[in-house]
Amino acid sequence: MTQTSTLEPPVPESALGHRQRRSGRTHGRTAAWLVAPAVVLVVLFILIPIALTFALAFTNAKLISPQPASFIGIDNFTRLFQDPVFWKSLRNTILFAVFVVPLQAGFALVLAMLINVKVRGVNFFRTVYFLPVVTSIVVVSMLWQFMYQPDGLINSFLRTISGGAVQGTDWLGNPTTALGAILLMSIWQGVGFHMVIWLSGLQTIPGDLYEASSLDGASNWQNFRYVTWPSLRQTRTFILVTITISAFSLFAQIQVMTQGGPLDSTSTVVFQAVRAGFAQQQTGYASAISLVFFVLVLAVSLVQRYLTRDKDVQK
Amino acid sequence: MVPHTLKRLAAVSLAAALALSLAACGKGGSTSSDNTDSSGAATLKLWTHAAGAEAELAATKQIVSDFNASQDKYTVEVQAFPQDSYNQSVTAAAASNSLPCILDIDGPNVPNWAWGGYLAPLDGMDEQLSKFLPSTVGTWNGKNYSAGAFDVALAMYARKSVLEQNNIRIPTIDQPWTGEEFNAALATLKATGQWANPLDLGTGDASEWWPYAYSPMLQSFGGDLINRADYKSADGVLNGADALAWATWFHGLVEQGYMPVKSSKDAGADWLNDKSAINWNGSWGAEAAREKFGDDVLFLPPPDFGQGPKIGGGSWQWGLSAQCENPEGALEYLKFALQDKNVAAVADAVGTIPATDGAAALVPGYEAGGVNDIFRQYSKTFAEVRPQTPGYPFIATTFTKAAQDIVNGGDPQAALDQAVADINANQQSNNYFQ
Repeated sequence: MTQTSTLEPPVPESALGHRQRRSGRTHGRTAAWLVAPAVVLVVLFILIPIALTFALAFTNAKLISPQPASFIGIDNFTRLFQDPVFWKSLRNTILFAVFVVPLQAGFALVLAMLINVKVRGVNFFRTVYFLPVVTSIVVVSMLWQFMYQPDGLINSFLRTISGGAVQGTDWLGNPTTALGAILLMSIWQGVGFHMVIWLSGLQTIPGDLYEASSLDGASNWQNFRYVTWPSLRQTRTFILVTITISAFSLFAQIQVMTQGGPLDSTSTVVFQAVRAGFAQQQTGYASAISLVFFVLVLAVSLVQRYLTRDKDVQK
Repeated sequence: MVPHTLKRLAAVSLAAALALSLAACGKGGSTSSDNTDSSGAATLKLWTHAAGAEAELAATKQIVSDFNASQDKYTVEVQAFPQDSYNQSVTAAAASNSLPCILDIDGPNVPNWAWGGYLAPLDGMDEQLSKFLPSTVGTWNGKNYSAGAFDVALAMYARKSVLEQNNIRIPTIDQPWTGEEFNAALATLKATGQWANPLDLGTGDASEWWPYAYSPMLQSFGGDLINRADYKSADGVLNGADALAWATWFHGLVEQGYMPVKSSKDAGADWLNDKSAINWNGSWGAEAAREKFGDDVLFLPPPDFGQGPKIGGGSWQWGLSAQCENPEGALEYLKFALQDKNVAAVADAVGTIPATDGAAALVPGYEAGGVNDIFRQYSKTFAEVRPQTPGYPFIATTFTKAAQDIVNGGDPQAALDQAVADINANQQSNNYFQ
């Protein structure tokens, strides 16, 4: 029997002949046509602007200027690395990512396990936990800004609960608490999305694994540690990478709530880039910040990919 | 299994819908400014920032329809944008060569847009513009680029009963409070315990308000945003002893509890609700104040911190774009729109100071001795325009950041020095906007 190189079902060649040889090529061509619109859009709106950013980073382009941009080499980068605000923004961004990843992923996993039950009414909870995700981040930021005011909901709540012992502070106006306040709000808003992803991962775990482990007399914690957690490896990798990337691109909350203050304690790299590019009209400098940001996120993602690589598949 | 004919039908309808929507998009997106309408008149596009400000937009639209009716060579079309994204819309349009013929500009941005090639000078209007309040005419490099129908003045809103009850002298335009008097008044008001923060300067509004409202106080101390002799450096004016005195005083207001670090989004409403005793507000709030408090309301001049009281100047102004295909038509419109009766109509609608004496006579309240005349006096006597340099947008954001850092407790000298370094670097990197 001859091996066929295509993956067509083993129909005798005499039955189909000419039509089968042609369909392989037309499949490829049809696929190309179907993908073409999306590819055009990606190239036009993502790849070309990225390439432009990389080019502009080495020029002194301005948003409004009668003179065209001219090449200035690495001046933008020298200026960037000497700017104290950039280092503060970088520190804030990294701090935020370091805290958001375990907290949001962990909290989402807990919620996912809670709603991974076949009880009547569980859909209500699934909806409610997911609602903050579909609310505009700007709206959420404004609402939480009101809640964080010195005489706002959060402080009233703390005062009532503790009977006046805990006064609460100006959460967004205090340089030590501002980033933490934004962290809490971001976790609240984003946890529903990752909860749904964890849930899909949990539901792919075959039930007979749990049956087998309960036959062996495993406790809830042992179930989790030896059955659930290892089975979630791929979901875990995906969630780790996506939360990290979205944590690094923290911007909307800062723009609405604190505008980088107080005293640069909530300034992030993306916020600084947007401010430099639009408010300060320094497109070249903002492109340099974007380029540095791109390299940073790429490096972190590659490190994560390496650490979570499939160690079994070495061959 | 879906029948074959149904699938075909679905595919054809989807294709038809897509084609229709693409066609609709194409039709609605044309922005060429040399269209002619059905009667053969040239169409001129007009952009304004006043979307959402119903009174102002209605007044503009009325002037446009009056102009359209008065002649048949040109037809002006109004397009309104929300204020927050207006500047970005104009910048994007300039980059794609699709600016409208007539547009309005926030006063301090005029040199920047003129230098950037967005605006064309208003030729042949010098005589008409000489009658306008100086802060309402935008100039750069010796040419007029814009003129506005109105200006606004800032004042300290207070209540007569409150001041008299606490034995605080009521200042006048000739005898304003001194810095020490003002601080003493605040201390007295704070001691009554009636208000958590007796003074509200509106620190909750993080926009152009900060340079507009707070740089006049800096100027009253003797500092400034940049050296206006040559607009090359801010050294010594923004980080000198006078500026440091301003910064220390500014932060002191928070430290001593006279003012909140971040006021609410609507400081004016808070004052109306008696959350503060004195509110630094613009003349746009006068109507509401009079409605609530009647004769008890006072519009006081700001304190004199050494160089005389100062308030901001320059508001939204009309200009002609350099990309207009029909500049004669646009100039015709501007000459019409800036006639006294139209200036009066807009100023009346928005509740602001008319830019010409002739218009002021037509607006109730702004005639000499009228209830709003005091704002016109302040504008004439105390108004200081923001620095007229193309680098102003950068100066504004840098000053806002420095002022916010100062209010939040950062080291004032360091914040000011950093601002000066940034501003100087920006002026230099643009070759001083030659």
